[in-house]
Amino acid sequence: MTFVENLTLFVLAAFVGYEVITKIPTNLHTPLMSGANAISGITLLGSVVVAGSGSTTLATVLGFVAVVMATINVVGGYLVSHFMLAQFSRGGRD
Amino acid sequence: MAGVLGGLPEAVLQFTYLVAAVLFIQGLRDMTHPRTATRGNATSAGGMFLAVLVTVLWFEILSPVVLAAGLLVGGAVGVWLAVSVETTEMPQLVGLFNGFGGGASALVAGAELIDVLGTGTQLSVGLTTTAAIAGIIGSVTFWGSLVAAGKLHGVVGDSPVSPNAGHALKGLFLLLAVLAGLFLIVRPDIFGQPPVTPWLPSYWVLVAAASVLGVFLVVPIGGADMPVVIALLNSYSGLAAATTGFVLDNTVLIIAGTLVGASGLILTVIMCDSMNRSLRNVLFGGLGGETESEDMDEIYEGQITETSPEEVVMLMETTQRVVIVPGYGMAVAQAQHAVAELVGLLDENGVDVEFGIHPVAGRMPGHMNALLAEADVPYEKMRELEEVNPTFSQTDLVIVTGANDVVNPKANTDDSSPIAGMPVLNVSEARSVVVNKRSLSPGFSGIPNPLFAKDNASMLFGDAKESMQALVNHYKEETS
Repeated sequence: MTFVENLTLFVLAAFVGYEVITKIPTNLHTPLMSGANAISGITLLGSVVVAGSGSTTLATVLGFVAVVMATINVVGGYLVSHFMLAQFSRGGRD
Repeated sequence: MAGVLGGLPEAVLQFTYLVAAVLFIQGLRDMTHPRTATRGNATSAGGMFLAVLVTVLWFEILSPVVLAAGLLVGGAVGVWLAVSVETTEMPQLVGLFNGFGGGASALVAGAELIDVLGTGTQLSVGLTTTAAIAGIIGSVTFWGSLVAAGKLHGVVGDSPVSPNAGHALKGLFLLLAVLAGLFLIVRPDIFGQPPVTPWLPSYWVLVAAASVLGVFLVVPIGGADMPVVIALLNSYSGLAAATTGFVLDNTVLIIAGTLVGASGLILTVIMCDSMNRSLRNVLFGGLGGETESEDMDEIYEGQITETSPEEVVMLMETTQRVVIVPGYGMAVAQAQHAVAELVGLLDENGVDVEFGIHPVAGRMPGHMNALLAEADVPYEKMRELEEVNPTFSQTDLVIVTGANDVVNPKANTDDSSPIAGMPVLNVSEARSVVVNKRSLSPGFSGIPNPLFAKDNASMLFGDAKESMQALVNHYKEETS
């Protein structure tokens, strides 16, 4: 992938994000934020690659710490949003 | 470079990443309605699982034990935090998670630099530039989020330095981080051979400088501005991931990170608009400092009517429509369950009852809505500012609990006020207003609230939870 191809993705994704997220009601802004938060843990993919490649001890240690942090972000973020959203849909049934 | 799936063409990996990206977008689309939002969150989580799984299986893992340990430790801590944290502590938890994402991105970019150097390849300008950006954004996000979470948790105090010194320090450390980044990118040949390795430490100088910058950026920002900060850091954590995607040439990192960056930025703008302040003003301005403590006594003297739960219940008995305006005080006192019970009782007695929720009420975007949802309030009852404002003239009773600045009429009337132009809930248009507060002390803006002195307003002093519970008890007695 060239830099420009990556940049293309970035710009298009920004427009998609704008279109989708402006439609989300205020009610759901907290779960949206924690859900989006979990998505930003996607950096876990990078952490996995650098932790697993084990080229040097330093890179492995950094990778390990990065894997721990990103996994907390992903797992915690999705769980917290799930709990919150479960409350919203419960309230909605009444 | 071959893992379990390594024999397959690279298109398989790329295609799986595409599927994951589609799942993220579809997940966010499902977030547009409470009924589908749970499914949306699960869809998004599914995309994440798929992306992580294919990555683990694709790349050669030389140290599987390290990787498995990292995943297990991180997963366990994540589950533990999500399960054990109270609803009141939700803003700081969301802030903390944000920070971890940003921190991970900064570390990955650093580790990738080491990796590439290890293979003896020259660092390309594209790689060093994006790594420098990821390092700065990631470090600012990590430390900024830690400070924000600490402030929300009450363990980090206000800035020890004056605002001007603070600005100077921020400028200094930003400059240092940018210079270190430029060194990394240009690697001027002043040390002679070898030209590559001596510049690696400049990445860590960059990380250190950006870390200090992150601390100084958030430390001076006060409580009621936290929704903006939390939303902005959310955006940063996404941008850090996206930039790391540039470093690693990873498409799904770019797409997912950008989505989060856009989401956080939109929330930031909404929060700023709801206060009629610019992002610059929130981040660097500070509020209230020089407000002449305009004589509160002058406004309040002899004008304050105090009421009791009994009297409020008498008012409630003759009303057709009640609007409840919650604020951070409700969150602090954990009063949402008592409020929800009150709403349930009013509803049973045929009273039209709704919530009027200001976008910046609380400490994170949608904070009040999340709390009320926890207490089983149907989301149809939660009305936004623009929806509820036109209805106040047909409302018999407004109960304000734990809110102050968001109902301050000065925002509409006094151009010199620090909150001038901020959209507020015009509660005084209702027939009567009951303000439940612990005292007459000013809100975050530091200015008195003339609403309290209005003829149709009365004060119900006390803790939000106790007061609301008292209303529930009296109302039950009267109506049963």
